[in-house]
Amino acid sequence: MEHIEKSRFAHVGANAHDREAISRPSLTFTQDAMRRLWKNKVAIVCIVIILLLTVMSIFAPMFSKFDYREQHYGHINAPMGTVCDDESVAGYGHVHIFGTDTLGRDIFTRIWMGGRVSLTIAIVSALVDLVLGSIYGGISGYFGGTLDIIMMRLLEIINGIPYLIIVILLMMILRPGMITIIIAYSLVGWIPMARLVRGQVVALKQQEYIAAAEAMGASPTRIIARHLLPNTLSVVIVRVTLSIPSAIFSEAYLSYIGLGIPLPMCSWGSLAQLGIENFRIYPSQLIIPAVCISLTMLAFNMFGDGLRDAFDPRLRR
Amino acid sequence: MLRYVIKRLVYAILTLFVLITLVFFMMRMLPGDPFIGDKAISPTAMANMNAKYGLDKPVIVQYLMYMGNCLRGDLGVSITYNRDVMGIISESFLVSADLGIRAIIFAVIVGILLGAVAAIKRGSAWDSFSMFVAMIGVSVPSFILGALLQYALGLQLRKVLGINLFPIQGWGTFKQTLLPAFALGLSSLATVSRLMRTSMLDVLNQDYIKTAKSKGLSQGKILWRHALRNAIMPVVTVMGPTVASVLTGTFVIESIFNIPGLGKYFVTSIKDLDYTMIGGTVVFYGGLLILCTLVVDLLYGFIDPRVKLEE
Repeated sequence: MEHIEKSRFAHVGANAHDREAISRPSLTFTQDAMRRLWKNKVAIVCIVIILLLTVMSIFAPMFSKFDYREQHYGHINAPMGTVCDDESVAGYGHVHIFGTDTLGRDIFTRIWMGGRVSLTIAIVSALVDLVLGSIYGGISGYFGGTLDIIMMRLLEIINGIPYLIIVILLMMILRPGMITIIIAYSLVGWIPMARLVRGQVVALKQQEYIAAAEAMGASPTRIIARHLLPNTLSVVIVRVTLSIPSAIFSEAYLSYIGLGIPLPMCSWGSLAQLGIENFRIYPSQLIIPAVCISLTMLAFNMFGDGLRDAFDPRLRR
Repeated sequence: MLRYVIKRLVYAILTLFVLITLVFFMMRMLPGDPFIGDKAISPTAMANMNAKYGLDKPVIVQYLMYMGNCLRGDLGVSITYNRDVMGIISESFLVSADLGIRAIIFAVIVGILLGAVAAIKRGSAWDSFSMFVAMIGVSVPSFILGALLQYALGLQLRKVLGINLFPIQGWGTFKQTLLPAFALGLSSLATVSRLMRTSMLDVLNQDYIKTAKSKGLSQGKILWRHALRNAIMPVVTVMGPTVASVLTGTFVIESIFNIPGLGKYFVTSIKDLDYTMIGGTVVFYGGLLILCTLVVDLLYGFIDPRVKLEE
């Protein structure tokens, strides 16, 4: 073996400054999650689709040459891409991109008007669902005992009141319209979420890390917000993405029995319902709103999956 | 356990009491009158009708009478149909429950399988397929799905095959239950499979699955004994209220497929202001809902022995 001279080595000594230097910038949990979300191509595409649908819903009716209420008896049920040949209307010479419906109204404009209603209902109720549902479920599940029993029975009572009675009574107090439907749905829509979170919390609170947090004197608020809710996140996100179409359909269902958005306003649900009547002759009238609903649903769902992967503490590396 | 169940039953009666009281006064605030319809009615006839159904007395007296009757198990006589509410409900519930049970069995078995396989083979064709089914299930409203099924399977397939494999509407034979049960079950199936997938993914990342693997347990045993059992909790939670609402029927599916179920009364009773019928449906649905959530809570302790309900 080769003899190594001691002189070839020099003592460098500890350099406190270098040793303590942080090689990578420190990230908070949210920053880290956002960074991972950005890397997820599918999730980014989905958020772009959602933004696109939102932007179109806001601006397309403003810039469209046709009014969503305007009826052109000249060309009823026109196929997609028909040029408007009615000289008496403002849209003369412009294209009905998605054709017209049974009353000769421009479907393109109506789709984006409907998008305003459907997307607003979807997003507001998803937020209410998320906030109210997880807080209520978290408190009920964590404290348990009599409080849990009473809080859960309260949900059963709200659930037991027929939805239609709530809607009709609200419509007596407020004007029939989008806001009333949003309030009515928000009153009952968060209940499944509360149940789901409570069910998860009941199982999670027996875990050792909760006992550890309690032993260290963490307040119940902190335990619920920092330890329990993040661990229910994966289920919560799936439920939120599922609650978005259910909110859109709850409005469609109200339209189906004649309590929805007052005519001539429309929503994707009511457009789809009109489309089903003419489905065998003019399939595009059903397919277009159905595609809009499905696209929204798909985008929210895939984005939800991306969010889940980014924010789930267990998947954090 | 027994103490817990008794405690819950006492609460159940209380809940039902509050629910009936609330709905009783809420439905009285609804606009309109049960007897004013298409035909004009003379004031004398109106007074007689009101007297017959006890609607001439003060609301508070009516409430006390209704509660008294409820305690004796009498839900009154329907104003619209002039028949015993109990009779109508028990008759049509049998139909709805028959259809609902088929839909639930379909949704739970297929949904759990799809979700679990999608999670185990994450990113595979199975995963995409389960996502696709879930997508259709949640993104197509039941009234569109029902009509499309009638058109594609009921009408077009019959033209192609020459036999009536899927009758479009009606009730009574096994074949007639296929389309509505599928349409009814698909949205629950979607929810079940999505929840199952995400919760299964959570569980598969847990340490006890690694332990089970390192012990040398077979794949099947790990999935069946350790993964599935822990992952099924969210599904059980959502199935509770879903079972209650699916068993009592849905207005849309029943009206599309022309099924004499209970679902239509939830809507028509309110439209017709049939007070006794509204009360009846609320008592029945509320009772079933409370029962289902009780069963779910008991199942928690059974599925996951760590859960203690009685603290």
